[in-house]
Amino acid sequence: MNVHEYQAKQLFRDFGIPVPNGKMCTREDSVREAAQELGGDTWVVKAQVHAGGRGKGGGVRVVRSVEEAEKAAEDILNLRLVTAQTGAEGREVRKVLIEEGVAIQKELYLSMLVDRASNAPMIICSEAGGVEIEEVAAKTPEKVLQEPIDPALGLRTYQTRRIAQALGLTGPAVRQAGKMLSDLYRLFVEKDASMLEINPLVVTESGDLIALDAKLQFDDNAMFRQKDVLALRDVEEEDPLEAQASEADLSYIRLDGNIGCMVNGAGLAMATMDLIQYVGGAPANFLDVGGGASAASVEKAFRIILADTRVKAILINIFGGIVRCDRVAQGVAEAAGNVELKVSVVVRLEGTNAAEARTILEGSSIDFVVANNLRDAAEKVVSAL
Amino acid sequence: MGILVDETTRVVVQGITGKEGSFHAKGCMDYGTKVVAGVTPGKGGQEQEGVPVFDSVKDAVDREGANTSLIFVPPPFAADAILEAADAGIRLIVCITEGIPVRDMIPVHHSLRGKPVKLIGPNCPGVITPGKAKVGIMPGFIHLPGSVGVVSRSGTLTYEAVKQLTDVGLGQSTCIGIGGDPIIGLRFKDLLGLFAEDEQTKAVLLIGEIGGTAEEEAAQYIIDNKYPKPVIGFVAGKTAPPGRRMGHAGAIVSGGKGTADEKQKAMEKAGMAVCPSPDAIGKTVQEALA
Repeated sequence: MNVHEYQAKQLFRDFGIPVPNGKMCTREDSVREAAQELGGDTWVVKAQVHAGGRGKGGGVRVVRSVEEAEKAAEDILNLRLVTAQTGAEGREVRKVLIEEGVAIQKELYLSMLVDRASNAPMIICSEAGGVEIEEVAAKTPEKVLQEPIDPALGLRTYQTRRIAQALGLTGPAVRQAGKMLSDLYRLFVEKDASMLEINPLVVTESGDLIALDAKLQFDDNAMFRQKDVLALRDVEEEDPLEAQASEADLSYIRLDGNIGCMVNGAGLAMATMDLIQYVGGAPANFLDVGGGASAASVEKAFRIILADTRVKAILINIFGGIVRCDRVAQGVAEAAGNVELKVSVVVRLEGTNAAEARTILEGSSIDFVVANNLRDAAEKVVSAL
Repeated sequence: MGILVDETTRVVVQGITGKEGSFHAKGCMDYGTKVVAGVTPGKGGQEQEGVPVFDSVKDAVDREGANTSLIFVPPPFAADAILEAADAGIRLIVCITEGIPVRDMIPVHHSLRGKPVKLIGPNCPGVITPGKAKVGIMPGFIHLPGSVGVVSRSGTLTYEAVKQLTDVGLGQSTCIGIGGDPIIGLRFKDLLGLFAEDEQTKAVLLIGEIGGTAEEEAAQYIIDNKYPKPVIGFVAGKTAPPGRRMGHAGAIVSGGKGTADEKQKAMEKAGMAVCPSPDAIGKTVQEALA
């Protein structure tokens, strides 16, 4: 689960991590009042969307008067923000964060994630912070430090010194880094974060360390014990169909093609999409109905797939291992009857009782196209377009 | 032969009184697996599917000689269930539970390291040695005893691959789903090591998917160890769009690895035969063995 920058920064404050003072504003709020309340003579207005690369996309503006701040907020709120991380369709901006300006001496990079190789949390940092960090990492990996943390020992002081050194810090910033790193690690662990990123982490002109940006991502599997984090979820940032699917415990991702896919299991779903493209088609979505594939879940899946008006044909591929294919076939027939199908549906059911399933589908009042194997299914759905 | 499970396997099912636990305990028994006990704290003394239920794994080990655990315990309690099994002297733990928080699995992984216990999963379909024992939730009847070792990150895609093998007459020595979570027990390279020493296994089919670097790691293992048997690979997700993501941390760590193309390249570099499309898995293995 993702949260906005302003929410991540509030969590930072709660854990004692220094961030600039700021206020979140929607279209209804007065940016003028917010700027006046923050005081000073420089402000930064930042688009709040669940994607990075906002600066390059025009979603971040530095302003030097309250009038300018109002104008910048208005512009950004009217923007459909396209960045390297949003996809071509971009994102509607519904909220902005207005912050006090910070006099920057140096921009650094710091992040934390769970590293699969060491099976442990890891801190990644670089003296070369800012927008081109991936390029820095690819071209000059020696400028990036990766520091795994032993989960039994936690983050040790010598490690924080090593990180401070890699960041090129001197003076009071070294001690500040030690405290900041242990607070960040505490936040990461206590809140079940899966990714934390500060880019840039800055040294101010007065020599202090402050998190100018904040990104936080959380482990969906841990949300049962993180009610306060779950309360930060902004459903408006999610694709409406994807949000609807997650309510129904279906995993759905919208794509650009016109063949709707309904498959049980993520790996088989990806393989099915691969094969559709291999034989010349284009999948409209990834959809994993999970292990059960009951009539109710198949009906919900149908409704979500058909809500995408670009869908011209549907491929259902279920490998019935535990769930019997004849049951799935009954569910598919029942669900199809309930949703007024106007597109052709190719069905491939394999596994337990596959032959019985075939008989059920062929005897149904709905004109299913029954496929014999994976290849046959992909070819039939492409030719049904 | 085969690896991990066979006729000497004695299974205790943790969470046997739950809906899934009881259903799959019966499925394993029907396949001929020796399921000797169940565990549900507080329900000791009952019977489920004809086997005694104990309050602890220790009791199941002491009283029924269980040496393998199959876990269906709900996510909030599953990490503890794994640790309990290891503490009780279980040698192989197969954790089916999906949705365990990563933070819970990190200390489990580090605690099991160096101990004489193997963990498969979590979030996996389990292990089967066809004709001998099934410790998992896969449909047994699609399997055929034979000489191809199968190891996969996926569930239903493994069934698809196994069916393709069986359809072309190629049986399997042992099939393992290692699970799709970020923190898991045995990985591709660990299982390649076990298959290398198994006489019954003549070739290994490795089914990967996009994300992470497990496939690249396996390919490097094959090169470094001059792997003695043919390995055939497949990577799902060739056409999956790059995920919408936040931040750069993941990209820095993976360093450009993780895409289907990168994984296939790594496999080819290691001399593996790579299946060109998902319907060609059976055929590609057949050709590699010809």
